[in-house]
Amino acid sequence: MATSVQIKDLSLNYGAVKVLDRLNLDIADGEFIVLLGPSGCGKSTLLNCIAGLLDVSEGQIHISGKNVTWEEPKDRGIGMVFQSYALYPQMTVERNLSFGLRVAGMPKPEIESRVKRASEILQIEPLLKRKPVELSGGQRQRVAIGRALVRDVDVFLFDEPLSNLDAKLRNDLRVEIKRLHQRLKNTMIYVTHDQIEAMTLADRIAIMKNGVIQQLDNPHTIYNKPTNLFVADFIGSPSMNFLKGDLADGTFTTNGVSVPMGSYGFVGSPNGKAVLGIRPEHVQVGEDARKMPFQFESEIEIVEPMGAETVAWTTLAGQSLTLRADAEVDLQPGQKILVGFDPARGSVFNAESGNRI
Amino acid sequence: MSAATTTYGVEPSGPKPRRVTPARIGIYAFLIVAAIFFLIPLAVMILTSMKPMDEIRGGNIFALPLNPTLDYWVKAWSSACTGRDCNGLAPGFFNSMKITLLAVPISIILSMLNGYALSFWRFRGSELMFGLLVFGAFVPFQVLVYPIIFALSSVKLPWGGTLFGTLPGIVIVHSIFGMPILTLLFRNFFASLPGELFKAARVDGAGFWRIFFSVMLPMSVPITIVAVILQVTGIWNDFIFGLVFAGRENLPMTVQLNNIVRTSTGTVEYSTNMAATILTGAVPLIVYFVSGKWFVRGIAAGAVKG
Repeated sequence: MATSVQIKDLSLNYGAVKVLDRLNLDIADGEFIVLLGPSGCGKSTLLNCIAGLLDVSEGQIHISGKNVTWEEPKDRGIGMVFQSYALYPQMTVERNLSFGLRVAGMPKPEIESRVKRASEILQIEPLLKRKPVELSGGQRQRVAIGRALVRDVDVFLFDEPLSNLDAKLRNDLRVEIKRLHQRLKNTMIYVTHDQIEAMTLADRIAIMKNGVIQQLDNPHTIYNKPTNLFVADFIGSPSMNFLKGDLADGTFTTNGVSVPMGSYGFVGSPNGKAVLGIRPEHVQVGEDARKMPFQFESEIEIVEPMGAETVAWTTLAGQSLTLRADAEVDLQPGQKILVGFDPARGSVFNAESGNRI
Repeated sequence: MSAATTTYGVEPSGPKPRRVTPARIGIYAFLIVAAIFFLIPLAVMILTSMKPMDEIRGGNIFALPLNPTLDYWVKAWSSACTGRDCNGLAPGFFNSMKITLLAVPISIILSMLNGYALSFWRFRGSELMFGLLVFGAFVPFQVLVYPIIFALSSVKLPWGGTLFGTLPGIVIVHSIFGMPILTLLFRNFFASLPGELFKAARVDGAGFWRIFFSVMLPMSVPITIVAVILQVTGIWNDFIFGLVFAGRENLPMTVQLNNIVRTSTGTVEYSTNMAATILTGAVPLIVYFVSGKWFVRGIAAGAVKG
């Protein structure tokens, strides 16, 4: 597939502070990329650089095969949707949508047909004559998306577009954005700190930390084969269990408890200090635990019923371990129970470098 | 009334009853006394302006006029003597109008553009520029009077003479001296607007002027009203700049009022002086009354001006 956005060795420094550090990213045509990371990781900065709202210190940005590193935002073929919607408060919805086209001096009939098409797609036709203050949060964000839509751009940029909405509306709009992407097939770059949004929307997720992309892969791989401790810890809620110990000849030993790693796909035969990561949902209790390659007897400490499932806290070799059980399983604090997991489904990291081994 | 509601009557239910507490009575008593205290001088002025001289000399200052007359108001407006001329305050009023109507829009437009550029179009050294401009608000203007006289007199006009002592001269002086505080006002206002609005406009392809006129200006109406209030009252009440820079032809109302009050030959005609003073203060007073809540914001914003 053709490359839509290409970022080459991009750096951005504020004085001595490196916000982005020699970053490379290739985004295919029509791909939905999510930039995910904690606040201050540089994800919004990267998006602003792609949009042309920030000057880069080094490197190049190519959009649709054109080097746009020094171009003005309007000449880059991008549309952008902001967290605060950023609608022009004194203009009606219609004039908000058409502002960019009027600035570009487009003929009136063309403007009208484009506004009409965008408002049909987003179902905001009844709102065209209203001012932004008369709209709800969800409607405002739809208008903001429409403003990018009318300009008929190649690349859509979303800067945490759902963060100001309440939980229910966020779910609805998330689905709508996905539907919009399937219909328009534009390249979309989406910044968020919400891992649910990232997992559900993305073709590929780029997890960022300190201005560096830690892992760039599809959501399934990111979740199941995190490349380092940071990614493993950041993705997943409740987060992954980490057991500290030593790895020798395919057996992981933590505080005297040996865990045979079985069919785990090691590269080579690494030994030494290691961290074993197990997702809470891979830890089984009761009858299910009997089928697991590794089993142990443990005591339940805390139980958190979530409705659909129950999260319980227990210990293994003196280290805290969370597990997710079906809501129907009756778990009580103080209860002794058989717990088991398949170590091959876990992730092993080098304790010093933090990288997956 | 049913039995159920009567039992409810004992327990708190429904809206909380409003009680007149001693604290509330105290607050109102204080406010009323304060209002009377500040209104007394105005009342005395109005009463005095309608009494002839012998009534003022003979009676109590709070006494109502026996034969109320507006003659002194007419005299103050059109025939009181300021030095050798006896045209009353009217020429001063029109001079003040000219100065205010020119200097207010000029200073506001310049400051608005300054504030907009300093908030959104940051450039190398823009913070320093802003710092210098704000520093200007704290320089006592008296120390600048002589340098400005010198500067204005060195600008030769094509039709002869210099800028010193002309209408453009005084307008320039007022515009420049209004800029530090107004730029601060507008910069802080623009800085409070969401930065994403500016980014969105840039993505939409708008440039410096387009963003200013289409996006920022329509949002700045409230702060502009505050700026107008600050500038109108400030320029109207000015005395020293008008006296020094306006020239004999353009002396503002405040300077003429001073001349009327000072040049009484023989008896001091209190009635005319009172009427003239109220006339001069009328414009800022009207601005205060009409602007209402905006005025309060103006005071808050102008608190730095002192």
